[in-house]
Amino acid sequence: MAKDELLCGEFFINGDTACAEGAISAGCRFFAGYPITPATEVAERMSERLPQVSGVFIQMEDEIASMNAILGASWAGVKAMTATSGPGFSLMMENIGLGVMLETPCVVVDVQRAGPSTGLPTLVAQGDMMQARWGAHGHYEIIALVPDSPQEMFDLTIQAFNFSEKYRVPVLLMADEAVGHMSEKVVIPEITSKELVNRPRPKVAPDKYMPYDSKKGLVTPMAVAGEGYRFHVTGLTHDDRGYPAMSAEAQDKLIRRLVDKVRLNIKDITRYEELKVNDAEVIVVSYGITARIARYAVQKAREEGIKAGLLRLITVWPFADERVKELAASAKAFIVPEINYGQMVREVERCAAGKARIKSLPHMGGAVPLPDMILEAIREEAR
Amino acid sequence: MSKMLTVEANPLDCYLRVDRIPHIWCAGCGIGPATGCFIRAIDRAGLNPDKVSVVSGIGCSGRVAGYIKLDSFHTTHGRALPFATGLKLANPELTTVVFSGDGDIVAIGGNHLIHAARRNVDMTVICINNFNYGMTGGQMGPTTPLEAISTTSPYGNYEYPFNLPYLVAASGATYVARWTVLHLRELERSIAEALTKPGFSFIEVLSPCPTVYGRLNKSPHGLDEMRVYQERSVIRNGAEPKEVELSANGHIVVGKFVDIERPTLWDCYQQVLDRAAKHKRR
Repeated sequence: MAKDELLCGEFFINGDTACAEGAISAGCRFFAGYPITPATEVAERMSERLPQVSGVFIQMEDEIASMNAILGASWAGVKAMTATSGPGFSLMMENIGLGVMLETPCVVVDVQRAGPSTGLPTLVAQGDMMQARWGAHGHYEIIALVPDSPQEMFDLTIQAFNFSEKYRVPVLLMADEAVGHMSEKVVIPEITSKELVNRPRPKVAPDKYMPYDSKKGLVTPMAVAGEGYRFHVTGLTHDDRGYPAMSAEAQDKLIRRLVDKVRLNIKDITRYEELKVNDAEVIVVSYGITARIARYAVQKAREEGIKAGLLRLITVWPFADERVKELAASAKAFIVPEINYGQMVREVERCAAGKARIKSLPHMGGAVPLPDMILEAIREEAR
Repeated sequence: MSKMLTVEANPLDCYLRVDRIPHIWCAGCGIGPATGCFIRAIDRAGLNPDKVSVVSGIGCSGRVAGYIKLDSFHTTHGRALPFATGLKLANPELTTVVFSGDGDIVAIGGNHLIHAARRNVDMTVICINNFNYGMTGGQMGPTTPLEAISTTSPYGNYEYPFNLPYLVAASGATYVARWTVLHLRELERSIAEALTKPGFSFIEVLSPCPTVYGRLNKSPHGLDEMRVYQERSVIRNGAEPKEVELSANGHIVVGKFVDIERPTLWDCYQQVLDRAAKHKRR
């Protein structure tokens, strides 16, 4: 691909557009999607940009089709993405599960709006956080990242592709309407191939190849269609050959590997940002647009002499268990503002395990919480 | 004295995952014969099997992907078509086949069917129609004849079924045929033709389901339904799709109904790529 086909430099663009550019910089050359507010701009940008880099853009008949189309494209060896919001995210769930089961690298962007159902199509929320973790049936592990700015919409889309290729798992970018529609300066650096991860590839002859050869490790080499491997993959529980295996033993072996390949690599996957947590008595744990508001509140509290800190989650799934446990040993209280009626606060509470007080600070959506609400909560907990 | 001939292997075994045989299909089921037609058709068409991908959904016919030694994908219920669309667009060199059943392709996946036909995605769809959901034990669906008994229409089916060739032809398919599993030669030739023809090809294959649909509708043996095919089938190539509706006691019209030329989705996308390249230079 010619260098001049990629954007490079400083741009004033919205988060959705930055996400599309991040995908293109990450090597994504296939996008399937369906119009939905507030994620439509991702599709619009991709429809313009992908043909310029010889990629494929297709608008499918619904989000179910979009999700399946990106799985198919990934199995043809092309990095693929879709973008949607709550209602479409719900429709994608079964086939996100298929992506997990077939171990298909791909990226799903959810620019969250308020729900349930049609909810507030044009207004912000963070209500899909638990759906991201548990939305498909069966037990599995997923990777989900949360951007707090258009810049991170760009950066984390690349990170999402890298994780999806490295671990052969769909990666969810859990954005929100505020971050998706906000326009800010976005610096697009030159992304070199060294910064991009590609899925592990088979090194054996086709007759020796097994799609899920667990002897090769938790993440197994992936052949793609048309290379002569003539492999079979199925959404049924399967053995190392990819063949259906209808037994408790096969289920045990498969699910442990699907979960462990993420769970045992949590150190590599976990990303967070901290502000003044080391001596903090009150720590605000937040993510996405809410974390930007929390940052201001924490700074204000520090000006008042309150020992406040911020833990901004970037990787939300798998959850940063270890770090929250460590902080629970030194902090008096955690405050968890989020634009839902209390979702990630459950994880904070689980990890704090009674060692620190927990204050849920919910906002039902439709607007972002104001810093005063968070500041007041910090003051109360510091007393 | 003649020596007994022992056949160790079939020359077409190279297309099968022989280590997965025996298959799950019941005695008298038509999916096996249709699968045989499919692999002979790949051979007949002279395709490089390394470049042929099969995508199936869920159900008895959805298991075909698991027995074929090609790149094969057993996906979710109804979603083989969009999965195959992504596969084909991401690598247009692949010959892409969707092999699945009527419940999968026409009921839960019906929306994808009409849109794949409308787009004229270059793929071949082999749709086994056994008039019911076999794997779950014989429920009615959008292909079940009016009045037929199923486990969810115990008093008789009160819905009209689809005329599949008419549906896909109206949606834009460029190749539409219907055969029964009695018409093995015709079916094999038809699949070979569809595999090499650019555009959206759809072949409906009528098949007995003696274990459930047949048992509930007074034809409990595979041969019962085959006799019906023998007695009532008429080959009418070029028949108007609108007029090939299946009826309780009338003719079963089989044949190739549509064989037309229309640019494929990929052909049309080339123009988009050309325009984007010009736009970029400006």
